[in-house]
Amino acid sequence: MSFLIVRSGGLSTTVQDTGRDGRYAIGMPPSGAVDQYSFAVANLLVGNPDGAAVLEATYLGPELEFTDSRTVAVTGADSGVTINGEPAPPWQALRVSAGDVLAVQQVRAGARPYVAVGGGIDVPPYLGSRSTYMLTGIGGFQGRALISGDQLPLGEPGPAPAAGTEVPEELRPDFPAATELRFVVGLCAYRLTGRALESFLSTEWKVTKDADRVGYRLRGGSLEFVEREQPFGAGSDQANVVDLGYPVGSVQVPGGDEPIVLLNDAVTGGGYATIGTVISVDRDRLAQTRTGGRVHFVPVDVEAAMAARQERRARLEKARAAVAPA
Amino acid sequence: MEVQLPPARYEFGGDEFVFVELDREMSLEANLKAMAITGALRRENIDGVIDICPSNASYLVRLNPDRLHPAELVEELRRLEHTAGELPDDHAVRTRIVDVPVLFDDPWTRETLLKFRDRHQDPDATDLEYAARINGFTDVRALVEAITAAPFLVTMLGFVPGLPFCYQMVPRDRQIQVPKYVRPRTDTPERAFGYGGAFAVVYPVRGAGGYQLFGIAPAPVFDLAQRLPDFADDIAFPRPSDVLRYRAIDRDEYDRTRSEVEVGHFRYRIREVELVPAELLADPDAVNGRLLEVLYR
Repeated sequence: MSFLIVRSGGLSTTVQDTGRDGRYAIGMPPSGAVDQYSFAVANLLVGNPDGAAVLEATYLGPELEFTDSRTVAVTGADSGVTINGEPAPPWQALRVSAGDVLAVQQVRAGARPYVAVGGGIDVPPYLGSRSTYMLTGIGGFQGRALISGDQLPLGEPGPAPAAGTEVPEELRPDFPAATELRFVVGLCAYRLTGRALESFLSTEWKVTKDADRVGYRLRGGSLEFVEREQPFGAGSDQANVVDLGYPVGSVQVPGGDEPIVLLNDAVTGGGYATIGTVISVDRDRLAQTRTGGRVHFVPVDVEAAMAARQERRARLEKARAAVAPA
Repeated sequence: MEVQLPPARYEFGGDEFVFVELDREMSLEANLKAMAITGALRRENIDGVIDICPSNASYLVRLNPDRLHPAELVEELRRLEHTAGELPDDHAVRTRIVDVPVLFDDPWTRETLLKFRDRHQDPDATDLEYAARINGFTDVRALVEAITAAPFLVTMLGFVPGLPFCYQMVPRDRQIQVPKYVRPRTDTPERAFGYGGAFAVVYPVRGAGGYQLFGIAPAPVFDLAQRLPDFADDIAFPRPSDVLRYRAIDRDEYDRTRSEVEVGHFRYRIREVELVPAELLADPDAVNGRLLEVLYR
């Protein structure tokens, strides 16, 4: 069997795919690549079927040694890529041979590079997915981030785009100084005063160092709750509600001053008031926002969220057409 | 039913989730309704529905919007609210009653809670002392007696895999209530027994948490390796509608049970029971008495 040797795991590199469905009800979040667009394009570039498992790195990418000839591609955050120390372009199909070493350096912009390898990372699927859920050590490679010495099994590669095939600039994500997150107001938004909700939407929030695949904790403002006699069972703090399910992407406001946006490895429920949900497409953008980065929320309705999905799908089809053999 | 529920509230959790709040307050009635509607939804087998998650007084549905428009799902859920939400008086639930040992005021959760006093309502007391005081108990011992006197219904699973939210099967005037931490802790020992709002939980794994810490269970509720016989079918032990009786144990029994868990021999004491919600609502003490008799017979 073919495999990939991990020379260095980078800061936190995990195996991810589209995610794990059907177990949310026992408290298992979907996991999966947090930037689904960059993930999907990485697979296109190496000729993998949709949904094949790739590596998702954070800030500092891994160093990987190949043991046979493969196509490989790096997408997502903007970072230097080298093969045997020589610069190699991102968003491009690259050909490597046995003994070659691919390194993904510290990101210059964005937060998460994706590395797809022809044939996919062939760790055994767990409950229908190869995604890593680190909190409980589920899936991926031994349920954890990669470390040097790991040997990752690889699948059988199919036909791949020719080396040098690239995704046009306009189909790559940008990394703005302040990231706009479209947001469907609702859930328990009634807990905030009208002024607090307005202030939430007009504040430019700063991403704290507590920002990972579980969620992003933000700072920059303080939100006041509507005074009420707490409903039975919720607990007496004004931020408390009777524990309920949390949508992925939802924003909770414990204490009223530190909004937390939940991501793919999030807790699935709890008792802090939630005030709305970042639309699924913009989770891709949040995933590429880093500690110290700034975000702001723009209210939209569900139809706008559906339209955004449609646009992402169209972009993905353009990328597919761009890398398809002529 | 004694509690009249308000009209359900339908909310979009972005494009991939629909959240339905049956009541802002907790009650057995709201939970039973959530279980009934989500059960009916499961049987409908609608294409595009990915996850159906009953919660305490609400429920959450995760969907694939490429196959099912969230607004269409809401229409379907409104229909189910009317056809599946009302339960006949003889409605019975087949479930399990389970003995769950807990070591209260243990050294591990005590050490953790002392580390996070700056996030707590009452930095000068332990979580147990604080909870006893605000619930009008004379001391911690009286609080523990009230928790162990009557069993709890598992009203929701979630937060992390296998965590049971448990609601005590006693009238509202005897319910224990505590707030969640002012800011969640970043650490909680695995198997910690916590209390928040009107809910008791056992934390499946080490990690963040916002509930008051009262003790620790020697037996797991989550076993990824599925080494223990009770986990042969699932990595999570508790199921919605299970009835859990939290029993106070001493350090000796805790250590003994830990060793049984470690060698893979531990089994929960479980009995199959039939729960008639109407009976429970009418006379909880009588129903609880019968359940405990079945459990320890």
